[in-house]
Amino acid sequence: MSLKLGVPSKGRLMEQTFEWFGARGVGLRRTGASREYAGRVEGVDGVDLVLLSASEIPRELATGRIHLGVTGSDLVREHLGDWAQEVAELAPMGFGHADLIVAVPKTWVDVETLDDLDAVAAAFRARHGFRLRIATKYHRLVRDYLRAHGVADYQLVDSQGATEGTVKNLTAEAIADITSSGETLAANHLKILRDAPVHRSQATLFASRGAVWDEAGGALAALAARLGLSLPDLV
Amino acid sequence: MTPAEALAAELLAALRDAGAVPVATDILQPAETLLDLYGEDIRARAYVTHDPTMGEMMLRPDFTVPVVQAHMREGAEPARYCYSGLVFRKQEGARAREYLQVGYEIFAREDPAQADAEVFALFSRLLAGRGLRPVTGDIGILKSAVAGLETSDARKAALMRHIWRPRRFRALLERMCGQGPLAEPRAALVARLRVGEAVEAPQIGLRSQEEIAERVARLIAEAETPPIPPAQVRALEELLALKGSAPAALAALRAQGWDALAPALDRLEARLAALAGAGIDVDALPFEASFGRTNMEYYDGFVFGFIAPERELPPVATGGRYDALTARLGQGRAIPAVGGVIRPEVLEALS
Repeated sequence: MSLKLGVPSKGRLMEQTFEWFGARGVGLRRTGASREYAGRVEGVDGVDLVLLSASEIPRELATGRIHLGVTGSDLVREHLGDWAQEVAELAPMGFGHADLIVAVPKTWVDVETLDDLDAVAAAFRARHGFRLRIATKYHRLVRDYLRAHGVADYQLVDSQGATEGTVKNLTAEAIADITSSGETLAANHLKILRDAPVHRSQATLFASRGAVWDEAGGALAALAARLGLSLPDLV
Repeated sequence: MTPAEALAAELLAALRDAGAVPVATDILQPAETLLDLYGEDIRARAYVTHDPTMGEMMLRPDFTVPVVQAHMREGAEPARYCYSGLVFRKQEGARAREYLQVGYEIFAREDPAQADAEVFALFSRLLAGRGLRPVTGDIGILKSAVAGLETSDARKAALMRHIWRPRRFRALLERMCGQGPLAEPRAALVARLRVGEAVEAPQIGLRSQEEIAERVARLIAEAETPPIPPAQVRALEELLALKGSAPAALAALRAQGWDALAPALDRLEARLAALAGAGIDVDALPFEASFGRTNMEYYDGFVFGFIAPERELPPVATGGRYDALTARLGQGRAIPAVGGVIRPEVLEALS
């Protein structure tokens, strides 16, 4: 059985992944018609290219259906329970940078830190009769972060898109979302808290700890040599 | 029947013999009540599911809440209840996700010391000969100490809210002394607020300009409140670190001469007398002032545990007093309550 390498199937993330491998002498190519999700790997034998949605790559790694995968470090931490038990980080790839941050309305002049947010959450609950709402799709990462910082009296409300608009739409009081430039936040009259972000994400090459490595081991060693990676113990 | 189930049945029979009425509760509990009590953190610990008509539901993470609700609905006073069944908790690693709990709860207005002693002595008798280490504590003493600090009511309320989160509690206490990592950002914020720069942005969201202005005023007033006296902070830290036999701990706390603690210490003394009367060797009974601070967040008085020594096992039994919980769940009505649970699987693993 060959080694299966999962990479994002479209967009800037796919292009940059192809560039990253190409710069290291491994050619990733899409094959067939332009809309067909098929591809091949040149320069190393025994590696199959699997084109997938970046958000499905963590799960495919966890089940072991792919051996290696490229996806955001945020998605792996959000979607896998004991992520370090299920995958190993082989290489941060230096693109796809985005910070998962907590943001509040700019008019909240009294709130700059999580210390403030916690105090405001207590007062908000006492006044409005429900817990202060934070809109996000990163439930696990944000909850762990807020618990570690001792923030109480909040609730997470699910927002799968256009999260920056939730405060204006009165479905949340604050948000936790990915940002790279901060422009969308500013346009929606939000500001980022000054604390360290929930997570600094970037595209990362991961290896599955759950995959069957017996027959893919040779291809992995060859690929790692070409990419200049040192390999962790995967099983 | 598994050995643990057989053990659960035996324990339940013993609790009935002690005078408790068996109660049953649903496994599916409305999520809203538990979320309101524990906050969003409960989602990391309890399994959440969804019912098309009932909305968000949780697989019972403990019995105390539904038992209190049942008592508030239809219970006579005083009351003793017992129960046995599965609870469900998310865990990291290999720890059990579903496990049995056998519990005993007393709802009584008279003589809380006697009720505390009754629960502890009963558990002590049921768990005798298993090589367990008992430990006791008292969240009421911690609350009295916070209430007795020489500082503003706003600060006391902020500390009281985080008594169950030791790291956050410490960070707040340090800031209130003008120290620690939160002090500088707070000072900088207050300095900016005093200048009162205008913000070029429209008001959005439910939190109103009035609420913002109120907190700005509070922050400025807070900055003008003198730091909590260092001697008081030291006394509080000594209290939190206190461990010893129960009588020695009581003597050490009395020796602090902290007037605000006197009523809570009187309650501890009455409890120790009641425990001695129930046949417990109180001179050998361990007391740890911070016991129950991290994971028993509805207890507000006596707390106890029975711990398997030198093993990576969860506590075999835990319990305590939760008077405030009955007030929150009773919508205005309240009744003093104390109880505890035993985990038969953990007990079985010891034998």
